[in-house]
Amino acid sequence: MNNDKLEEILNRYPPSREHLIAILQEVQEAEGFLSREAIVRIAARLKLATGKIYGVATFYNQFRFQSSGKYHIQLCRGTACHVKGSSAALDCLERELGIHPGETSADGLFSLEVTPCLGACGLAPVMSVNGEIHSCVDEIKIKTILTALRSSAAAGGDEL
Amino acid sequence: MNSIPLDLKQVLLSVLTHDGIKQEVTGKAREYAELLKHRGTAHPVIRVGAATCGLSAGAGKTLAKLRELLPKTFPDAEVVETGCIGLCAEEPIADLQLPGRTRVVFRKVTADKVEALLDSVLKKQELPADSLLGQIRDDTALPWEKVPFLNDIPFFRKQTRRVLCNCGILDPGSIEEYLAYGGYRAFARSLHTMTPLEICDEVERSGLRGRGGAGFPTGTKWKTALSQPSDQKYMICNADEGDPGAFMDRALMESDPHRLIEGLAIAAYAIGASRAYIYVRAEYKLAIRRLTDALAQARAYGLLGENILDSGFDLKILLKKGAGAFVCGEETALINSMEGKRGTPRPRPPYPAVKGLFGKPSVINNVETLANLPGLILNGDEWFRSIGTEGSRGTKVFALSGKIVNTGLIEVKMGTTLRDIIFDIGGGVPNRKKFKAVQIGGPSGGCIPAELLDLPIDYETLRDAGAIMGSGGLVAMDETTCMVDMTKFFLDFVQNESCGKCIPCREGTRHLREILEQITHGRKQESGNDALIRFKSVIELRNLAQVIKETSLCGLGQTAPNPVLSTLRWFRDEYEAHIFERRCPAGVCRELIRYEIAEDRCRGCTVCATQCPAKAITGTPRHPYRIDGSLCTGCGRCRKVCKFNAVVLTQGEDRV
Amino acid sequence: MFEITVNNRIIDAEPGETILSALSRVGIRVPTLCHMAGMMPTGACRICIVEVEGEDGLVPSCSYPVREGMRIRTNSQKVINARKTLIQLLLSNHPDDCLYCSKSSDCQLRSLAEEYGVRERTPKRKFREKLKDITSPSIIRDPTKCILCGKCVRVCNEVQEVGAIEFVGRGSRTVVTPAFNRSMNISSCVNCGQCVLVCPTGALTEHSRLEDITNVIGEHEKTIVIQYAPSVPLSIAEEFGLKPGADIPGLLNAALRQIGFSRVFDTSFAADLTAVEEAHEFVTRLESGGALPIFTSCSPSWVKFVEEFYPEFLPNLSTCKSPQGMLGAVIKTFFAKQAGIPASALYSVAAMPCTAKKFEATRAELGRNDDPDIDAVITVRELLRMIKLYGIDFNALQPEGADSPFGTRSTAGKLFGVTGGVAEATLRTAHKLLTGRELKSLKIESVRGLDGFKETTLKMGDREIGVAVVSGLGNARKLLEEIRDGLHKNLKFVEVMACPGGCIAGGGQPFSTNPERIKARMQFLYALDQSEHLRTAHENPEIKRLYREFLGTPGGDVAREVLHTTFAPRSVYL
Repeated sequence: MNNDKLEEILNRYPPSREHLIAILQEVQEAEGFLSREAIVRIAARLKLATGKIYGVATFYNQFRFQSSGKYHIQLCRGTACHVKGSSAALDCLERELGIHPGETSADGLFSLEVTPCLGACGLAPVMSVNGEIHSCVDEIKIKTILTALRSSAAAGGDEL
Repeated sequence: MNSIPLDLKQVLLSVLTHDGIKQEVTGKAREYAELLKHRGTAHPVIRVGAATCGLSAGAGKTLAKLRELLPKTFPDAEVVETGCIGLCAEEPIADLQLPGRTRVVFRKVTADKVEALLDSVLKKQELPADSLLGQIRDDTALPWEKVPFLNDIPFFRKQTRRVLCNCGILDPGSIEEYLAYGGYRAFARSLHTMTPLEICDEVERSGLRGRGGAGFPTGTKWKTALSQPSDQKYMICNADEGDPGAFMDRALMESDPHRLIEGLAIAAYAIGASRAYIYVRAEYKLAIRRLTDALAQARAYGLLGENILDSGFDLKILLKKGAGAFVCGEETALINSMEGKRGTPRPRPPYPAVKGLFGKPSVINNVETLANLPGLILNGDEWFRSIGTEGSRGTKVFALSGKIVNTGLIEVKMGTTLRDIIFDIGGGVPNRKKFKAVQIGGPSGGCIPAELLDLPIDYETLRDAGAIMGSGGLVAMDETTCMVDMTKFFLDFVQNESCGKCIPCREGTRHLREILEQITHGRKQESGNDALIRFKSVIELRNLAQVIKETSLCGLGQTAPNPVLSTLRWFRDEYEAHIFERRCPAGVCRELIRYEIAEDRCRGCTVCATQCPAKAITGTPRHPYRIDGSLCTGCGRCRKVCKFNAVVLTQGEDRV
Repeated sequence: MFEITVNNRIIDAEPGETILSALSRVGIRVPTLCHMAGMMPTGACRICIVEVEGEDGLVPSCSYPVREGMRIRTNSQKVINARKTLIQLLLSNHPDDCLYCSKSSDCQLRSLAEEYGVRERTPKRKFREKLKDITSPSIIRDPTKCILCGKCVRVCNEVQEVGAIEFVGRGSRTVVTPAFNRSMNISSCVNCGQCVLVCPTGALTEHSRLEDITNVIGEHEKTIVIQYAPSVPLSIAEEFGLKPGADIPGLLNAALRQIGFSRVFDTSFAADLTAVEEAHEFVTRLESGGALPIFTSCSPSWVKFVEEFYPEFLPNLSTCKSPQGMLGAVIKTFFAKQAGIPASALYSVAAMPCTAKKFEATRAELGRNDDPDIDAVITVRELLRMIKLYGIDFNALQPEGADSPFGTRSTAGKLFGVTGGVAEATLRTAHKLLTGRELKSLKIESVRGLDGFKETTLKMGDREIGVAVVSGLGNARKLLEEIRDGLHKNLKFVEVMACPGGCIAGGGQPFSTNPERIKARMQFLYALDQSEHLRTAHENPEIKRLYREFLGTPGGDVAREVLHTTFAPRSVYL
């Protein structure tokens, strides 16, 4: 991460622990994930042990420690989505991508995250790719989406 | 609005400093309010429900289309983003208002339908019947003939919308509209005419109980904090809504953020806190944006800050973004998280009202509780108590989802029966399936079976039935939902979200989950005396659940076994079918069901074989195909794609 | 004061105290796993639950305050069943290798299981195996055996304020680990071993060197020698139930010889040496300039702590090696030459109340020709195991003297075992150096006692010497921060011991170590100092002889080469 950017974020908060989570959130927003370097510097600024910062960060679902893939897939695991078959969708994603939630595929193309309710219960089960919501996903639909993403990546395009 | 009057702010605020705040607002203020509610009178207004549920159904594209088309076709028309009216199943929802006429609401207004709708309503003044929902009652506007009023259609008829009254109606981005609808008058009334103790008393008398979980009397909690001698106290709004299947807090914050701010301000005044926090889930990006804007507006209007409305009361409200941990819904865990620590709960006592955030007395209330306050203070405790049941007064907001036609957000009187909610408001179960149960209260709650459909629901009846009110997630389930699988889902959730601090929750829920895993697994994976263990598991489940309930550190753990206990109570037969007969009556647990191809019906069309993700189906074209049970994952796709109904679902485990 | 009823018995309770505290005062035992006396309860383990009339569920006695007229049951069927279930749950995610676990006989989980009659593995499921971390020369971390009680984290964070380990992750995936799940050897861990002392299971143990030693004992080509720290005989005596009157060091000498050590040395002699050398260094700095206040450097955790967190204070550290380091060096130089044994044929062992000494022995500066001065360090616990392994019966032993040339020690050297002791010993000699006279009565009361921070001013001639004595690294951090902020301007001498209370409470002491025992050990050392005649290091005849025959003058060239060392900043994740 760009040092100036990190410095800029750190300067915006008083160096006290109550702002730790907000700082981590901003750093992740800027960097896409929490790097070791960033954590070490946050620790130094807040005068807390690095391990403590890491301990706090790993407690919360939101924080990632690997950069996310070109396509960040979030699958909703809310109750409504479960009742309508999101566990099969998760199996399928894991199988197709060869990664588990929280991980990024080796080619850097995909990262997978399981989220609590995305708020589209009426369209369950839903998943989102880089923020765009796909509704009523099943195995076939997932495979179609992934294929489209792969070929779009191969073509060098950014869009679906 | 055609032209914003220069003295708008002064006039709106004048109501708040008015001595007779309870009196009917008259004169210029009333005139302005009417103007604001209609956003002027001279031009058509198109409002689109742009809360998250609307946006995920395509409201964003609808808005874009409107903004593209209108300047060319109806340049004087105005587009306004509103919040969520509650009918998720029909999103995107838009309403159109012609000058002097009532607002007419349309369903499923996707981008492709925009042009036709504009054409017919704005140009021809005709309302297309296929997408028409109804008109919004408005005494000052001319109603449409032969168009039902919205509150007469089934989804709304049995609702009592006190907390949600502004949702989907006003523009959440405008404090002026909120003021026009009577906003901040309760806060002003509190500041000018009541002492903190009087407010606590009023709230206590009203019988308002916490809407976030356990239902603790709100006024009592406030009094504890109020009576603590301390230089600093904190009022915290818990908006870290985390129950899977609950989205009412989000909808409320997105649709009517000022109501929450007003409620929070009243609460802060009542306990003597000069600083308040809203702890909101970071994933709720839109809600955060709405709240941030609303807080800035309230500050600009002098409704937050120092010496509010010349009362001498100071209040600063800060937003804190939660980083995603269900357990932070628990008060002490939330406090730890706000202090920048791991969100693990602390032992209670000391209770937060005595020793909370940064060691100071702190009250934590959830969004819906606080959103109840403006109405309560403005109309008095008797008004509040006038509906509901003996121990549970007022209304409750529920989020309907699952196997139900009208998924969405509703508000009903306490004591409304499940039947009214599921069938009248919710429209029943889709696809002519049979209703089986409803899950209330999320992972801490339980399942209420179809037999109890006539149960009037309030805190006590739900508790007696083995569920809890919780925050109000209500998930309907039909005959194709397996209760054991459902319980497993909740235990999965709790396992993932357990903070790991105390042993019963960390290890106990994991073991509960493993037992369920075991009984939903096929015999292929059993060895040794696994079968015996499986047989014993029902007894073990019960003992373990009891110990977890009694020994866990916080509410998450103490309630984690509820899904198990309640399904064991009402659906023991389903457990027994899994354990003893090795079958899943709902056909969900993949290892306990089996798909076969009926030879007489199969035409050998190859569709199932090509679609099978596990490549478990083989055969020769135009001859009957067969499924290899050892490869089949039980996904059921073959059954869905077969045009000849040749794939049959068989109960019971595959013969080994 | 009011009354509460416990198991149908009426007892007194203080308003505001917890149920547990009221119960323990009258001797009603409630089991605990995560409770730490004197610290805020965390309520994590739930083992201490009791039944309180009128409460839903069971309440944790460690955190629940007493109420007047409260009726408590500590052993109802419900309570016992709940506790047993909790233990079963813990065990079902815990390896079954108690037979092979070094904590076996001291494991609180195992003894609870025994008390509550857990006789089978139920629920029958596999524990989650997690990678064992053996990278640290001092401490082995076996997360598979961790029950997440959090005591180690608290002691590391709240007492020592090192923060080397933390909870990482959430729920059942939680582990206690250094930053970024990296290994202990590259973490900020200072090896003090306080975490090992509080760990109720085998999740944290010392990195044992016992086997290496027993292997060497049988070898003919090696001469194996051992030294033991001043506080070691005390804890040995406790473990074997020896009365204070017995010649405990004498018995220990005999035992060690029987085990097979060719020479047995008392590190207290080297403590005398350290006192003399450090006193000279101190006086030199006072008179000719140098970084002041001088910081003692016998505690290896403290030294690493400064290297990691406060490198700007490195010049303040006394360059003296610790007593273990000094004796190690003297053994492989002077003793080797005198005994006619090549240094490479010597195997030098140290028995210490300390886990950090294991790390210290691996420091490259403390050795010669790529060979370490100390080949293996064992804790008191390992020493006890070794004594048992070799079938030694303490009651049948006759006391023997320690080996010369290092056989005589003053009580000053002995005082090194307790917080304040290094200061007292060194300042006795410094007083003599500065004034030419012995300190009146020799005893420096103001540095005595178990307080974590003591500050005093001593008059030596016309000098006012500000002295601070600190134990526990949290207290040390506070002092350093204050010095950095310009406070404590008059301080000239600072003694720091990493473990709260000093070596008598060291991380290598037996698991039975508790506040009463620590106090008894301290009092024993003070009584010894009262009762013997040789009470200053500089009067120790063997010390004098060693300078005469080998080291020259204190602070001289040979002494500097053999007895002093260097420090350097360390880069670790702080």
